[in-house]
Amino acid sequence: MSELIRKNASELVELLKTGQVSSVELTQVHLDRSAAVDQDVHSYLYQSPETALAAAADIDRRRAAGEKLHDLAGLPIAVKDNLTTTDAPTTSGSKILEGWIPPYDSTVVKRIREAGLPILGKTNLDEFAMGSSTEFSAFGPSRNPWDLTRIPGGSGGGSSSVVASFQAPVAIGSDTGGSIRFPASVTGTVGNKPTYGAVSRYGLIALASSLDQVGPVSRNVLDSALIQDLIAGHDPHDSTSLPESLGSMADAARKLDVKGMRIGVIKELMGEGFQPGVMNRFKESIALLEQAGAEIVEVSCPNFEYAIAAYYLILPAEASSNLAKFDSVRFGLRVAPEGNPTIERVMAATREAGFGPEVKRRIILGTYALSSGSYEHFYGAALKVRTLIQRDFAAAFEKADVLISPTAPTTAFKIGEKLEDPLAMYLNDIATIPANLAGIPGMSIPNGLADEDGLPVGLQLLAPARADARLYQVGAALEKMHEDIWGKRMIDFAPELEVRG
Amino acid sequence: MAKDELMNYEKALEMFEVVIGLEVHVELNTKTKMFCGCRNEFGDEPNTNVCPICIALPGALPAVNRTAVESSISIGLALGCEIAPNGRFARKNYFYPDLAKNFQTSQYDEPIAFEGELTVELPSGSVHTVQIERAHMEEDAGKLTHIGGSTGRIQGAEYSLVDYNRAGVPLVEIVTKPVYGAGAEAPELAAAYVRSIREIVKGLGVSDAKMERGNVRCDANVSLRPHGQEKLGTRTETKNVNSLRSIERAVRYEIQRQAALLAKGTAIIQETRHWHEDKGATSAGRPKSDADDYRYFPEPDLVPVQPSKELIESLRAKLPEKPADRRKRVQAEWGFADLEFRDVVNADLLDQIEETVRAGAKPQAARKWWTGELARIANSQDKDVTELEISGAYVAELAQLVDAGKLNDRLAREVLTYVLNGEGSPTKIVAARGLEVVSDDGALIAAIDAALAKQPDVLDAIREGRMQAAGAVIGAVMQAMKGSADAGRVRELLIEKANAQ
Amino acid sequence: MSEITPDLVRHLAGLSRILVTDEEVERFTEQLSLIVDSVAKVNEALAGIDVPSTSHPIPMANVFREDIVEPSLTQEQALSGAPDSGEGRFRVAAILDEE
Repeated sequence: MSELIRKNASELVELLKTGQVSSVELTQVHLDRSAAVDQDVHSYLYQSPETALAAAADIDRRRAAGEKLHDLAGLPIAVKDNLTTTDAPTTSGSKILEGWIPPYDSTVVKRIREAGLPILGKTNLDEFAMGSSTEFSAFGPSRNPWDLTRIPGGSGGGSSSVVASFQAPVAIGSDTGGSIRFPASVTGTVGNKPTYGAVSRYGLIALASSLDQVGPVSRNVLDSALIQDLIAGHDPHDSTSLPESLGSMADAARKLDVKGMRIGVIKELMGEGFQPGVMNRFKESIALLEQAGAEIVEVSCPNFEYAIAAYYLILPAEASSNLAKFDSVRFGLRVAPEGNPTIERVMAATREAGFGPEVKRRIILGTYALSSGSYEHFYGAALKVRTLIQRDFAAAFEKADVLISPTAPTTAFKIGEKLEDPLAMYLNDIATIPANLAGIPGMSIPNGLADEDGLPVGLQLLAPARADARLYQVGAALEKMHEDIWGKRMIDFAPELEVRG
Repeated sequence: MAKDELMNYEKALEMFEVVIGLEVHVELNTKTKMFCGCRNEFGDEPNTNVCPICIALPGALPAVNRTAVESSISIGLALGCEIAPNGRFARKNYFYPDLAKNFQTSQYDEPIAFEGELTVELPSGSVHTVQIERAHMEEDAGKLTHIGGSTGRIQGAEYSLVDYNRAGVPLVEIVTKPVYGAGAEAPELAAAYVRSIREIVKGLGVSDAKMERGNVRCDANVSLRPHGQEKLGTRTETKNVNSLRSIERAVRYEIQRQAALLAKGTAIIQETRHWHEDKGATSAGRPKSDADDYRYFPEPDLVPVQPSKELIESLRAKLPEKPADRRKRVQAEWGFADLEFRDVVNADLLDQIEETVRAGAKPQAARKWWTGELARIANSQDKDVTELEISGAYVAELAQLVDAGKLNDRLAREVLTYVLNGEGSPTKIVAARGLEVVSDDGALIAAIDAALAKQPDVLDAIREGRMQAAGAVIGAVMQAMKGSADAGRVRELLIEKANAQ
Repeated sequence: MSEITPDLVRHLAGLSRILVTDEEVERFTEQLSLIVDSVAKVNEALAGIDVPSTSHPIPMANVFREDIVEPSLTQEQALSGAPDSGEGRFRVAAILDEE
């Protein structure tokens, strides 16, 4: 295994800039790594080594020609398969889109290409990002590099496992209720869900439009900051895109200082239902922050109790409408029943065959939540609860600059363990969902290993809308304190994977 | 199609009160579509004015056309509506293959304009004020072509083809409150109302307003109730009636059909009905059912429209004069008698006559051409006179050629047929075809002499005051000159000759 | 609001244009009943208080695109993903005889 693949992206960028490594070489070592481990981990749904190497060669040539390049030019990256790419199939983990090659690039992918980052491949996800484990991917689950019998989190388990297994230095994820943060938490990696509107959603295959946000996944905080700085910014193609810049996340990540910052511990996101190892590590980190000069305050968010319920109404409602376009007419799968079927029957048969059980469940639930007679009691009520959750955050941010909680109640569970119990699966997102409902940024950083199972635990940081920089500042500072204590990065505790082929 | 039983119209009105409601869709003539930058144009090759947004590819997002919003506000203001301080878009969810997203982006409980009124004058001279409930923004659907089957209609088709060039074209839907009290004139009121809407949007310049091209489409709701009953009867909605004449006929038909059913004690089914111009009848479409649960909810991909007071006032300042005011003004300017003017209004010829007069024709000449010869030609071709391919400028030119004595009436009619055939301007046709009136006295005198040689008694008869005798000679001269003689001049020359001898 | 019954599940699946087998109807009825009971909890939060709705997480207004033509897809690109097409158009099975 090349030592290059273990390096942080910030280091690789320096090696590229100073000519110590070429983009082709860097891309090749990551492709080699995938050839060796991805059969087991299954992070990728699609890779095209030729395309990736061609993009890398182009950057090397331009660098040699003395062209002014983006700071991250030449750094390979993996992209979640719910972002459209013109040179690779985009499936969103669904059979209904198997083999579909979009005629347009998502804005995020466009920015990645313009900056000259070779795309290593498209990463696995739960079908249409509906899930917490990748078990609902139509193309089989990804596995947790820390323990291949366990889930890598979801929906972005492809992007978390791809960086945790050193197949890519950085990756792009999307987060609707925790799909970046929960996978980061269970794989010992970093993931940030930016403020809603900070990153364009144009070309992101929508799950729930008012909750979805694209963000970075990496092995350390600065690397995520570099990627967020690359992909964020106003996009006229996304009407909910923020018009203003949120500043440099990388600068914030380099401050390494929490003195005088008020850090709020959310009373409702600890205790019951949280694994002891998760809570132990959480309390240790609070102590570390306090030692570093932060002021720890307790805040209460009483309406978080209703967050999951509101989320599982708003999400299915929006999803039921967003997924209506999968109708066998303009793209994707078509299944025609026997005989001389009408278009209605073709559509219904296509959606029956093309959607997996979780997708169908949520579409039907969402249709119910919106239908006349139940709208007020379900969808309408959920929108009001959303207001209450925003008010809880507003009150909490009166007292604190940043809020913290465990990212998830547990460490990675076993593949298959919660598959038949949707409600138990939904509970994984208890700590991450409120941020999506409120549109605020949320980050998960590695927070050590749980005593009872030796698996990674995550810590979540939350900040007010547009204050993403605070997450990078606190996250990087805490990461530095951890690494000083551990003597190495969290990811360096991960067991070696068996290398094949 | 089963033949409906119809009640005599007068009898129907004796038994029932008619209540109508009108939904008019106006297609805006913006350069681009409502939510994307594709050209708003018809007649192009199928699926060439389309993009990921208007064919609803996964990941695409809408962006609102500013001009379409301003046009919608102008329409609202012209209808005397309030403009919503916070207008929102909503999704109307239903599956249909011409609707790419399988939801229509529309407005629901927060339309851009509401609570207006429009005063319309009927052919009889009676004046009605129609209350407007709302005007909201939405998008058009694509175009389906049904292939196979005997009639090319949807029934019995083997398959259908979809062209999305029209998908996403901006529409404003204007909905009236129930209209009472028109009595026997309800059909005329419906047509006059739509005519006024057309005049308004044309006057605003926000729509091409051509009904035959579907720029203005009307759905007519009709219900009957026994005189004195407060509760409204069950209504039918006759869809897409696409000419003023059809609106009148369709409403009249529904009154007669419903009256016949109600008189027999048969309940009216709440359903959509389709108007068949050829048969002069409506036929049953889809009954209203719980499949019409549209599950409206706020469009999460678009943000609210909050027009500023300044914007509203600047648009209000640009409103053209109201149709009723304009009528008063032009009638006075043109000096038309009430009956003459009513004919012009009923034939929908105000614009044409205004254009013709502006191009230099005398108002009476303009009126005579349009309500006379042109109306006759249109009628013989089973068209509306407004559909003829001739500009007011050409009609004015023709009138001026007659005034100058260069064409007589017969020749002018001939030239007109060539103009309608697309041969160019009247002047050009006269020159190209050598159609000018012969007023060269030499040629006329020679022809008169030739005719007199065969009828030598005529001069004596004229001298004796029996002028009718001149007719035979004038006729012979006209015949000899193949109609290109100026009959008045022939007569003058003949009298001169008689008196000289 | 109504209880989740097999008929309701069939109706909702119809509205969502998803064919469902009897076995799925049974399974979804059971699962959705549990989920609906659980999500109905949102109403407890609202008991006795009047709260406005939040449909968009970040309040914004008046985001417009200028009325300027942008490049469209070519017909070939537009049809590239279609399961079936002909005469420059998307081809679909006959539409139910309802209009």
